[in-house]
Amino acid sequence: MELHDVWFVLIAVLWIGYFFLEGFDFGIGILTKPLARNTAERRVLINTIGPVWDGNEVWLLTAGGATFAAFPDWYATLFSGFYIPLLLILVCLIVRGVAFEYRAKRPEPRWQRNWEEAIFWTSLVPAFLWGVAFANIVRGVDIDAQKNYVGGFWDLLNPYALLGGLVTLSLFTFHGAVFAALKTVGDIRDRARAAALKAGLAAAALAAVFLIWTQADNGNGWSLAALVIAVLALVGALLANRAAREGWAFVLSGATIVAAVAMLFLALFPDVMPSTLNPEWSLTVTNAASSPYTLKLMTIVAAVFTPLVLLYQSWTYWVFRKRIGVQHIPGHDPAAALDQG
Amino acid sequence: MKFVRNVTSNEVGWREGDVELAIAHETIARWQFGITTVYHFLFVPLTISLAAIVAGLETAWVRTDKEKYFHATKFWGKLFLINIAMGVVTGIVQEFQFGMNWSDYSRFVGDVFGAPLAMEALIAFFFESTFIGLWIFGWDKLPRKLHCACMWMVALGTVLSAYFILAANSWMQHPVGYTIDPATGKAQLTDIAKVLFQDTTVTVVLHTLTAAFLTGAAFMVGIASFHLWKAKRKPESAAAAPAKVAVMRTSLRLGLVLAVVFGLGTALSGDSLAKVMFRQQPMKMAAAEALWDTKAPAPFSVFAVGDVSKGHNSVELEIPGILSFLANSDFSSSVPGINDTAQAEAAKYGGDPKDYIPSIFVTYWGFRLMIGFGMTSFVAGVIGLWTTRKKRFLAPEFRTGDTEVPRLMLTPKRELGPFLTKWSWRIGILTMGFPLIANSFGWIFTEMGRQPWAVFGLMTTASAVSPNVGIGTQIGALATFTSLYAVLAVVEVKLLVKYAKAGPVTDERPPTEDPTLRGPASGDDADKPLAFAY
Repeated sequence: MELHDVWFVLIAVLWIGYFFLEGFDFGIGILTKPLARNTAERRVLINTIGPVWDGNEVWLLTAGGATFAAFPDWYATLFSGFYIPLLLILVCLIVRGVAFEYRAKRPEPRWQRNWEEAIFWTSLVPAFLWGVAFANIVRGVDIDAQKNYVGGFWDLLNPYALLGGLVTLSLFTFHGAVFAALKTVGDIRDRARAAALKAGLAAAALAAVFLIWTQADNGNGWSLAALVIAVLALVGALLANRAAREGWAFVLSGATIVAAVAMLFLALFPDVMPSTLNPEWSLTVTNAASSPYTLKLMTIVAAVFTPLVLLYQSWTYWVFRKRIGVQHIPGHDPAAALDQG
Repeated sequence: MKFVRNVTSNEVGWREGDVELAIAHETIARWQFGITTVYHFLFVPLTISLAAIVAGLETAWVRTDKEKYFHATKFWGKLFLINIAMGVVTGIVQEFQFGMNWSDYSRFVGDVFGAPLAMEALIAFFFESTFIGLWIFGWDKLPRKLHCACMWMVALGTVLSAYFILAANSWMQHPVGYTIDPATGKAQLTDIAKVLFQDTTVTVVLHTLTAAFLTGAAFMVGIASFHLWKAKRKPESAAAAPAKVAVMRTSLRLGLVLAVVFGLGTALSGDSLAKVMFRQQPMKMAAAEALWDTKAPAPFSVFAVGDVSKGHNSVELEIPGILSFLANSDFSSSVPGINDTAQAEAAKYGGDPKDYIPSIFVTYWGFRLMIGFGMTSFVAGVIGLWTTRKKRFLAPEFRTGDTEVPRLMLTPKRELGPFLTKWSWRIGILTMGFPLIANSFGWIFTEMGRQPWAVFGLMTTASAVSPNVGIGTQIGALATFTSLYAVLAVVEVKLLVKYAKAGPVTDERPPTEDPTLRGPASGDDADKPLAFAY
């Protein structure tokens, strides 16, 4: 395995980590509307991810930065080509981050409602758009000889990509509902399991079609193995959820995301962005990669720091391991809200 | 050097072959970069300095158990959190827009430039973001020493973050440790140590970090002055809230000490940085001084009106010899002027000398405003530190207690009159944002002064733009970011003002029991509300 192959795997790992972690963050954000019945319940949901969402989002920044360093052409083609979807994602992530931090900073109900509304939409839109983006990467887009995307925005909204968007949307909602069931206590916990069942069935139907479509168009032996694992994990997650084994349900819904994203990357390899205009113009792990020096340097940095990151992020989850319910939400007394720095 | 397009040629090489359009592309991309970066950097220096200041205050609380430090930690921590939220989210744009708007730049430099960016995310940003979550939500979950350590981790993360980003920027200012691959014409990293530790990086890191702490110091002094001056005018309400006065008095003194130490540090590191720049980018420094012709000795210009087309200044006020000293530590040495430097660059890279001259108006005034605003805060700090001094240098009858507003003392026995006292406090409040203005002008100066280059000597800004992004898309993005940022600025400032004005919540008691990692300190109450919730 050469260094650029190692880096293909590492980039895949970073995206998998991002979708695993921010997947349930997005799901929680989406569920604030259908699942939570009142402000207190919305706050319960938001606070299940309160201490961790920011650290989770850094997986995206790292995936972006690592792509820039290891595959500059991949980074340049992808980011300039998928300009409008990425712009929308950026706007959502900006508003979403501010919404979490500022929601409780003023007592007025209107202020809080507005930020809650923002949390819902800014979770929903990226959850959909990431699927659209990744489906397009795997499917291939119009890339010219200079490695530039020459298609338009509307070309990105093809049926396959839109289906991909629905898959990530439903899968993240399922993952979020399973996470909510794992992290809450009281009435909302039971309803989270019921919501997980619905979202999980939708995700299973959509993902089955999407992944088989992917396998038919771009698949290979390895991607087929990942597909089977993804399907089995999803079925297992649904069964565990039904049996109220919330820990297992979360592990398996996470495994579904891991396997599904891994499958996309396996179907992609050795291309990183195939061209639909001419296979010669496709970006591959070799023609988009950095020099061996940079790859080696970054390999050392990643080998030292990735385990460290996993260690202290896991510790964070352990520190905040306790389930929360409405009784744990500090009072709604408007005067007190100002004091909750 | 495949990527350097001839800046004067008519064939800028756009798809449409339209020079005007090419210029528009570059202009819009630059405006977006300028707006989003200057905006992002309003939050960065406050985040860097307040993280360390809050960590220091919490350490003081953990070590002394004094409530005023606990309240100060909570108060400044709150303002810090309002600020860092904006810093974090606007930072995401920074990483994305290189690829979105500057894809040819990204292709050319990715091998070198991507490495410090990826390191920043992996080493610094994870650190900062994970431990900030622990700090915000961990008041009732972590033993206080560990909780305090989390804030130090955040502070370390912000400093490391700044380091990697500034190393990347320094490479654009002065590319080192690379080679141009003859096959692809792209830059390739050959020595990461040179990129991370070249003198440009080291001096710019020192200058940026000291300026960041001056920014935090002025911010503290401003808010503390607001509260103390109010307490001075309404002694009866101040007497009712002695704990608030105590927190603000401590904050004021801390802010003043930091303003003096880091104001001096900013000046000294700025001087070193200028010397490095005189060597590496003589054009930038000549432009900073609007020094059209090479002079020995060269004067320092206080005021000038430049005229690019004529290549000289119409009005000028200068101090002889100072510029020579700033550049070379020698009052009579020669400093190259704009015209000679432009000739030299044109001879080296081709084209018309005029194309190598950055906007003299922006660089000249940016440089002056940077120094002017930054040093005003430093001087204000020195004056404030002297006039608010405590016991030893004051006659006993003028000494004030820990819960009183300090008297502003000129000499051990002479207090400033009512007029000067009023204006001293007001200046403390009014100069609160001066370093922020100085920081912005500093960045505008150094980035505009590097033009026409994106990477000095290697790649022009005009050839760095994404060739495949339509002008409508670019304008849409620029409008989106500008309007979103404007709305968020209003929201953020209103929130900051609200919390800054409210002052510390001094009726909040520090936790009586130190939490343990095994669970809540008091054990049995499983339904106890969270110490903090969104």
